[in-house]
Amino acid sequence: MHQVLTLAKKEFRSYFDSPIAYVVITLFLLIAGWQFSTSLFLNNTPDLRNIFGIVRFILLFFVPALSMRLISEEKRLGTIELLMTLPIKDWQLVLGKFLSAYMLIIVTIFLTLIHYITISILGEPDFGATFAGYLGLVLIVGVYLSIGIFTSSLSQNQIVAFILSFGIVFVFFMLDKIIFFFPGFLANILEYLSIDYHFNNIARGVIDSRDLIYYLSVIIFFLFLTVQTLESRKWK
Amino acid sequence: MISVRNLTKYYGMTLAIDNVSFEVEKGTVTGFLGPNGAGKTTTVRIITCYLTPTSGTVMVENHDVLTDSFEVRKKIGYLPENAPLYLDMNVVDYLKFMQNMRGIMGTSNGNRIKLVIERCGLGDVLHKNIGELSKGYRQRVGLAQALVHDPEILILDEPTVGLDPNQIIEIRNLIRELGKDKTIILCSHILPEVEATCKRVLIINEGKIVADGTPAELQSSFEGRGRITLQAKNNLDSFLSKIPNLPGVDRVIQSHRTAENLLNIEVETAKGSDPREHIFNLCKDNGSVLLELKREETSLEDIFRKLTGKEE
Repeated sequence: MHQVLTLAKKEFRSYFDSPIAYVVITLFLLIAGWQFSTSLFLNNTPDLRNIFGIVRFILLFFVPALSMRLISEEKRLGTIELLMTLPIKDWQLVLGKFLSAYMLIIVTIFLTLIHYITISILGEPDFGATFAGYLGLVLIVGVYLSIGIFTSSLSQNQIVAFILSFGIVFVFFMLDKIIFFFPGFLANILEYLSIDYHFNNIARGVIDSRDLIYYLSVIIFFLFLTVQTLESRKWK
Repeated sequence: MISVRNLTKYYGMTLAIDNVSFEVEKGTVTGFLGPNGAGKTTTVRIITCYLTPTSGTVMVENHDVLTDSFEVRKKIGYLPENAPLYLDMNVVDYLKFMQNMRGIMGTSNGNRIKLVIERCGLGDVLHKNIGELSKGYRQRVGLAQALVHDPEILILDEPTVGLDPNQIIEIRNLIRELGKDKTIILCSHILPEVEATCKRVLIINEGKIVADGTPAELQSSFEGRGRITLQAKNNLDSFLSKIPNLPGVDRVIQSHRTAENLLNIEVETAKGSDPREHIFNLCKDNGSVLLELKREETSLEDIFRKLTGKEE
């Protein structure tokens, strides 16, 4: 297990060796702050609901941007060959990489807690709803990221990885917005697969095991696909 | 130490390694020699557990690469082709990272890193980013990385590609030095490199082993086989028709006439024979004049070209 953490630590650090982490965090906080202040000053609504809305949307771009290099860069440099001949299991590699990006994004998301502090000075924020909202975001990021790391394992080109993961994530994001076009039974399936449907459940403050299971199973599914993709090299 | 039996590897429909078997004994430096695309890298990738063979077995100290790959990986230090490294890390951090990734933790292992740094001559560039280093230094970092866990087996895939002649000699000396207490497999398509560093040579071509032995053994198995170049004039047609029938002459490699009506011939001699005397006598009997006559021993390079070349 400490190899997983070693790898995660190294990856986490390497985000800060390049401008990518700084750019992403800054942009993210700017957009979230802008949304927060509009709702606070223009609409006079001191809550974080607006932030959760916009954050869910901008993460569609930001998570793939952070995950695209995770494996594709190793493939391009050829370092994957060294990594995969170490006495480590493939799933440990995938998990280490996943955790590094997950940590970075969770830290970024929790930086928006500063707005919660503002609200609690001004009035009485709903702690339960805020907590549920953040939990939902953390779960959503996990899904986006597992898709991102999977597409990163498919190509040695980061741009290809980015576009593919954005495409898949976007489909998941849109599912519950297009269900009106489908007949009942199909609509139910699509609704169940939709990321936002489960988020809304959680954001309402109802932390149901069905929603948690949904998120966890999607994350595990895509991480599993990633491991399979890495292992497929052996048999080609 | 390493035993490879009936190893076969297909990439899709392409046959990369064709039923290869060999053993590598403990404490030897073995060279894999072959032209590009001969199957050296594929073989090495199977031994290091990066690829899986289509059929056949590879055992490293009685550990099968398929069923016991963790034990195999622990014993091997590997420098892949072109020394792939993380360009945005500095040298010390990288070596520590690779050591930790091998499950070696704690402060006592700093000594190992120090030793490796010293051995690979990395003292001057410790805190530089790998991306800023020259090819020679990167190659050494790659080698250092393969040594951080003090492996019993060292596998180096083309370690001197892209280096200048001085760097090549440095790396070769280092490999020879390491060969004193480690088992080393060295892949190369450069003959002098293998001649200079290896006790044993396996020549691989088109996925098959075509020769196996010490450089001296390989040479002696071809010993006596040499080339004779000669130049003659007068009565050339009958001279040329008689020369392949001389005792000791294997075949005429090439012949051509110059503008001054001189004939240049290159012949290959049969094993263990020296037909120079016969050639001289033929000239005398034929009324030709011998202007030049020179004999050359077969070099390892000739053997290599003979075994792996498609022409001739």
